[in-house]
Amino acid sequence: MKDKVTAIIKKYDNDKSQLVSILQDVQAEYNYLPRAALDKLSKKMDIPQSQVYSLATFFRAFSLKERGKHIVNVCLGTACHVRGGELILESLERQLDIQRGNTTKDNNFTLETVNCMGCCATGPVVKINDEYFGHMTNDKVEPMIKKYSK
Amino acid sequence: MSESVTLTINGQKYSAEKGKTVLQVAADNGIKIPTLCHHEEIEPYGACRLCIVEITRGTRNRIVTSCLYPVEEGLVVQTDSPRVVRNRKMLLDLLLARCSENKVIKGLAAEYGIEKPSFREEYREKHDCIVCGLCVRACEQVVGVSAISLVNRGIHKEPKPPYLERAKACIGCGSCFYVCPTNAIQMEDKNGIRRIDRWKVEFKLKKCSKCGIEWAPVAQLEYIRKKWDLPAGFFDICPNCK
Repeated sequence: MKDKVTAIIKKYDNDKSQLVSILQDVQAEYNYLPRAALDKLSKKMDIPQSQVYSLATFFRAFSLKERGKHIVNVCLGTACHVRGGELILESLERQLDIQRGNTTKDNNFTLETVNCMGCCATGPVVKINDEYFGHMTNDKVEPMIKKYSK
Repeated sequence: MSESVTLTINGQKYSAEKGKTVLQVAADNGIKIPTLCHHEEIEPYGACRLCIVEITRGTRNRIVTSCLYPVEEGLVVQTDSPRVVRNRKMLLDLLLARCSENKVIKGLAAEYGIEKPSFREEYREKHDCIVCGLCVRACEQVVGVSAISLVNRGIHKEPKPPYLERAKACIGCGSCFYVCPTNAIQMEDKNGIRRIDRWKVEFKLKKCSKCGIEWAPVAQLEYIRKKWDLPAGFFDICPNCK
């Protein structure tokens, strides 16, 4: 972990104003923000631990809890909401047998919600990792999850 | 000599140094504008919104927070116009709903004729903290340790130590306690120990080797001693005995 964090800091030239990008890179590496990595960051970059924590808890995109291999994001923005995003979310909760915000027992999926992905025309939208699934219906939930199951 | 501007506050002309804020100039001239989140030694932040005033530029009127608004030539300011009072009352009503039992908020609201929040009982809360961040800013800007920060966002935002654990970087100086406008932070010195429960910290107090008074936390004195490179034992005697 030490080397990876050091490499990320180096990539940004130890620039304190790049902290959000650095945290994004750390999260891309571990899928969440491990405490050890954050402490390492604050020490190496001489940023108070409290300020790193403040930033990490401010953005919804950051997670301090360990997450699964695949992140399932269900859009609940206005457009997706009126097009039935909530129903898709409930369907996913049943399919994965977890509540929103949690991770499956096999650590394969984490189910999260977002408030707009900027592609309202294709709503309701679900995103798994970097793949977008537009015009979602309940029928499409199972095959979509199958694709990412082990 | 820095540039100066002329502005009007409540119908009276004042000249002021460029770069100062409306709130500063008002205070310099004895005009009282209510505020909670402002402290003259700390960067303005505009969190509590109570210092709102109405400004006129040309034909337009606008409500701005005076703690953040820099004075400018020809600016016309009203600190207690009907519009300002109406808005300020709303703000106090909201603050009172959040801090329905806080003495400071209740007192301020009463000054504006609000005895009870207009919100129904079930929407009232009993917080003392208004999340103005003054404690956090004092810890960062004045003390320089940043032991605490604002954690989470939206309605869940609050000043907390990192990871909600004991604030490791805290030196027990109590600046947060002294600066808090609503007395939301409790600090107690008892039996040689200083406690600030909100940050889950406890500090041993230093005893003056002459008069025996417990006058400051050991951790704070060590912090100052190191920062200014003072000799060991510099703080063995309290300032009164020196």
